[in-house]
Amino acid sequence: MKAARFDYLRPASVVEAVAALAQDAGAKPVAGGQSLGPMLNLRLARPSTLVDVSKIADLRRVDERPDGVLYGAAITHAEFEDGTVPDPTPGFLARVAHGIAYRAVRNRGTVGGSLVHADPAADWPTTLTALGARVVLAGPSGARELALEDFILGAFSTALADGEIVTGVFIPRCSPQARFGYRKSCRKVGEFAEAMCAVLADPARGVHRLVVGATEGRHIVVTEAAAVIADPALLDARLTAAGLAAEPATLRLHQKVVRQAIEQLTTVPETESLPA
Amino acid sequence: MQETSHEAKGGRGVGASLRRKEDARLLAGRGRFIGDMRFAGQLEVAFLRAPLAHARIKAIHIPEHLKGRAFTHADMAGVKDILAKTGLPGFRVSAQPSLASGKVRFAGEPVVMVLADTRAEAEDLIEEIRVDYEELPANHDMLRAVEPGAALVHDDWPDNVFLISQTDRFFDEARLAGAPIKVTREVRTSRQCMSPLEGKGCIAVFERYLEQLTLWTSTQMPHIVRSGLAECLGLETRKIRVVAPDVGGGFGWKGLLQPEEVCCAWAALKLDRPVKWLEDRREHLIAAANCREHHYVMTAYADADGTLLGFEAVAHVDAGAYSVYPFSACLEGAQVVSNLPGPYNLPAYRCRTYSVCSNKPPIVPYRGVARTGVCTAMELMIDAVAREAGLDPYDVRLRNLVRPEQMPFTSITAKEFDMGDYPESLRRAREMIGHEAVRARQTQAEADGRKIGLGYATYCEQGAHGTSVYHGWGIPMVPGIESCGARLTPDGTLEVRLGVQSHGQSMETTMAQIACEVLGIDPGLVNVVHGDTAMTPYSTGTWGSRSAVMAGGAVASACERLGERLKKIGAHLLQAPEEAVSIRDAEIVGPNGSVSFKEVAKTWYLAPQNLPADIHSDGLDLVAGYKPTVDTGTFSYASHAALVAVEPETGEVEILDYVIVEDGGVLINPMVVDGQIYGGTAQGIGTALYEEMTYDEHGQPLASTLADYLLPGAGEMPNVRIDHMQTPSPNTRFGQKGIGEGGAIAPPAALGNAINDALKGMGVELSMSPMTPRRVRAAVAAAREGAVS
Repeated sequence: MKAARFDYLRPASVVEAVAALAQDAGAKPVAGGQSLGPMLNLRLARPSTLVDVSKIADLRRVDERPDGVLYGAAITHAEFEDGTVPDPTPGFLARVAHGIAYRAVRNRGTVGGSLVHADPAADWPTTLTALGARVVLAGPSGARELALEDFILGAFSTALADGEIVTGVFIPRCSPQARFGYRKSCRKVGEFAEAMCAVLADPARGVHRLVVGATEGRHIVVTEAAAVIADPALLDARLTAAGLAAEPATLRLHQKVVRQAIEQLTTVPETESLPA
Repeated sequence: MQETSHEAKGGRGVGASLRRKEDARLLAGRGRFIGDMRFAGQLEVAFLRAPLAHARIKAIHIPEHLKGRAFTHADMAGVKDILAKTGLPGFRVSAQPSLASGKVRFAGEPVVMVLADTRAEAEDLIEEIRVDYEELPANHDMLRAVEPGAALVHDDWPDNVFLISQTDRFFDEARLAGAPIKVTREVRTSRQCMSPLEGKGCIAVFERYLEQLTLWTSTQMPHIVRSGLAECLGLETRKIRVVAPDVGGGFGWKGLLQPEEVCCAWAALKLDRPVKWLEDRREHLIAAANCREHHYVMTAYADADGTLLGFEAVAHVDAGAYSVYPFSACLEGAQVVSNLPGPYNLPAYRCRTYSVCSNKPPIVPYRGVARTGVCTAMELMIDAVAREAGLDPYDVRLRNLVRPEQMPFTSITAKEFDMGDYPESLRRAREMIGHEAVRARQTQAEADGRKIGLGYATYCEQGAHGTSVYHGWGIPMVPGIESCGARLTPDGTLEVRLGVQSHGQSMETTMAQIACEVLGIDPGLVNVVHGDTAMTPYSTGTWGSRSAVMAGGAVASACERLGERLKKIGAHLLQAPEEAVSIRDAEIVGPNGSVSFKEVAKTWYLAPQNLPADIHSDGLDLVAGYKPTVDTGTFSYASHAALVAVEPETGEVEILDYVIVEDGGVLINPMVVDGQIYGGTAQGIGTALYEEMTYDEHGQPLASTLADYLLPGAGEMPNVRIDHMQTPSPNTRFGQKGIGEGGAIAPPAALGNAINDALKGMGVELSMSPMTPRRVRAAVAAAREGAVS
C-alpha cells in the first residue's frame, strides 16, 4: 500500500518545529520513520503534515558533561552502535544498539523516536530506563525534563503534551566498575521481544536499577533493585500484577529472562565488546 | 547417460562449479524486474479487496466520476472464469472469477479494479467506493469445514470437499491388530506464504504493430500463463505473448495464472493503455500466496525391533476457496496419498486425504509440494515408533529405508525409485553430526540449563515428473517432450532458447555449461534465452525440480543436432570425410587441421558459395526435443541431521549444527546445487520454526506484514554442512536428478525430531509446526502440570 497524501516540512530549528506542530493539529513529527513509515504506508497513520525533525541541529548535537551525556533526539541507533558518539557507560549503549532490529533500521531509526513510540518491547525504553535516563522535551509552553519512567506511561503512551517533541535524552555517567545485564527473548534476531529485562548494578554510585519490558502496559521499574538482584523471586508478585502470569508458561518465560539478565551482571566480561 | 568430463572442457562443462553468469547484472542491482519497468501512458491498478472471508455482495457503489476507472465483475462480461479442472473422478470444479461475482469467498479476494496514473492515487480512489456485504459464516478450519452443516463455499456443491483421494495397499486390519507396536499421532502443519524477494507483478500492453497483447509478468511458466489467459479472454493463443523479465524467486507462487493478470490484460485491451499491477507485501500475505496447510491422524504398526508392518493415515489439506490454474486444488492432497510412505519399505498402507474447500486464499504448490508436510508427518511418526520401542530413531530409520540392493525399487504407491543408497546417506549424516558424542553429551546436564536434541529426517524427492505421471491428472497441462532452440549466430556464438524460466535457478549458467559440455564452446559465448513465448519453444515451465533434467537434456539434444550440422560444413571446409571429424573446444577437428565455429558460421551466413552441395537446408538454427528414457521422474534423496539446544522456560531453539547428505545424481554445477540446498533449507527452517499464516474464527488473516509473518533471516541460518553422494540416474542425459525442492522438505522433520529429542526427558512431544517458542513453552508447561496432577 501507498501512504495517503500528506504535506512535508523540514524545519531548521526546534522553535520552527514546535510552531509547525502548533499550527496544525493533524501534523506529526517524524525522524527516522522506522515505525511511522510502515504505518503511513498501511494508512493506519494519516497525518496532514509530516514535520521532519531529523535534520534539526539541536537534535543532532551531543553534549558531553561530567555527570553524563545529553544526546540529541535524532542520534541514530547506528551512531550508538558504531561509537561515533561518546558513551558515559562502559560500553553498554553500543551493546544495546547492536541488538536493535536490523542494521537498515539502525541506520535511520533514532533514540528519540524509539522513546516517543514507547513500544514496551523495544530496546531503548527498557534499557535507558534502567540506566536512569531523562528525556528533554520542548513544546509551546517551553522546555521541560522528565525521568524516563515518568515519561513512558504505558504501551505506546507517553507524557508528551500536544505540540511537544523530544529534543534530547540525558544518560548519567556510570562508574567504570558498573555492570549491566540485558536479556531479551525474541522469536528471531531483530524482532520485538516477547520478554526482556535490563539491570544496572553500579555500587560505586549506590545505584541498582532493574526494568522489565515487553509488558502489556507500563514497564516494571525497580529503582532500588539490590534486593531483587539478590533474590529475583521478590519480583514475582509484580510480574503477576503486571498481567504477565496469565499462563504459567508466560510467567516462567519472564522469570527466566529476569534471572538471565541478573546472571549477566557476573558472567558478562567487564569490558563490553561487540562480536567482530 | 555418460561420464562427466568437465576436466576436458577446461573446467566449464558438466560438473564444474562455474560462477554464475547472471550475477554480473543481478549482484550489481542491474536486473530488470516488473517493478523496474514503465511504459508511456501506463496506468496502475489497485484492487479493492474483500474485507470479509465469506459474504454475499449486495451492492457496489462506485461514484459517477470513477466510471471508466473502476471496474467490477459485471464490467468484464465475456471474460471467462479461471477453471482449473482435473480428470480425477469425483473432483469438484470451482469457477474462479477474476473479480468477485455474487459472493466473496476469502478475505483479500479482488472485488473492484481501480486504475489511476499511480498506485497511490488508485488507492485514494478505492476509498471512495463502498461495497455492501451480507456476511456469511466463514470456514476457517478445514476440520470443521467438512462437517455436516458447514456453510458452503460454493453454493452448488453438496459439501466443502474438492476431492477425496485414497489408496489401500495390502492393509489387513486383522493381521496388523496384533502388531507389537502401535503408535497413533495427530500432526498439523501451518499455512504459509511463499515470500519470494520479489512479489508478483504484471504489465499488460497491447502492441498494435504486432496486433498482440503482451503480458509482462513475473512468472515461472510463461507458456502456461499464455494458454490460460487466452482461454479466459477468449483470444486465440497467437494473439498473446507472455514475457517474464528478471524474476526474483518463485517457489510456486509464480506457477499459476492469477486473476490479477487476467484483470490487467482485460483492462489493457479495454482502455488501450499499458496497465500495471505490482503486488505489495500485504497483498502477498493476505490475498493468495498461501500454501501447505495439512492435518494428519496417523497410526504406525511395527515389530518390537522397529520394523514397520503397516501405516495408515487420514489427512486433510486446506486447499482454500478455489482451484488454481493449472495445478488445481488437489495436487497437494493427492500427493499426500502417494508420497506419505516416503523412502521407506512399507508392506501395508492405507491413506485417505480430503482436499478441503475453505474461506481462505487458494493454496498454491510451494517448493516441496506436499512432501514437506508428508515428510514432517512420517518422520515424526518414525521417532514416535522409536520412542515406543525404546530404540534410537536412527536405528528405526535405518531398518526401514529402501536398501540399495532393492534399486530400482517400486514403492507401495508405485513410485519408481531410480537408483541410490538411502541408508548410506543416513549413515554419513550420523557420522557428520557426531551421533555418539551427542548421545554422550545428553547424559550430562548442560551448564546453561538448556536441553540438547538430535533429529534425523530422510526423504526422497521425485522431480521432473513426465507425461506418464501427469496425463492421468487431467489438469490443463501435461509435460511432454521438452524442447530447446539452438542457433549459431553469424559470429559463431550460440543462442540457446528455452521455454522454462530461470528465477534463481542459475540456468543462464548451467544451461551454458551443458552447451559447453556438448560443443566445447565457452559458456561465456552462450546466451541462454528464456521466459518469452515469442522467442522460446513451448514448455510447461519451471516447476517440480524439472529444469536440470528436462531443459538440460533438451539443450544437450539441440547442441548435438547443431553439432552434426556444424561437422558437415566443417568437414567440407577441411576437405575431410564427415566421419573423420569431431567437435572439440568449439572447433571442428579433422585429421589435418581444424576449423572454428566462427569460420563455419561465417561460411553459412556470409559465404554460402563455399557450402557443400548437399548441405542441410535448415541451417544453423534448430529446435530439438528431449525426454528421459523413463519419464516417471528422478528420485534425488537426502538425510538431514539437526542438533539443537532448547531452553525449556523461554522455548527458544538454537540450531547448533545442521548437516545434509544428499544425492542429486551427477551435479551439473555443484556450487549451484549447494545454493539450491541452502536456500531450500532456509525455507525449511522457516516452516519448522517461524512461518505461520493464521486466521481467526471469521476467516480474517492475522498476519498482514512481515512483523507478524516471521521469515528466517541471515541470523537464523546455521552453517549448514553438505555432503554429496553422486549416484547417476540411469534415465537422464548426464545422470542428473532434480534437486530444486529438496532443501525445503526435511528441515521441519529433522528439527521437530531434534526438539522432541531434547525435551524427551520432560515428557514433551510437539506435533504442530512451526514449533515456536510459545508452543515449546506451552508444551513444557502442560507436561509439568501433567506431572504435578
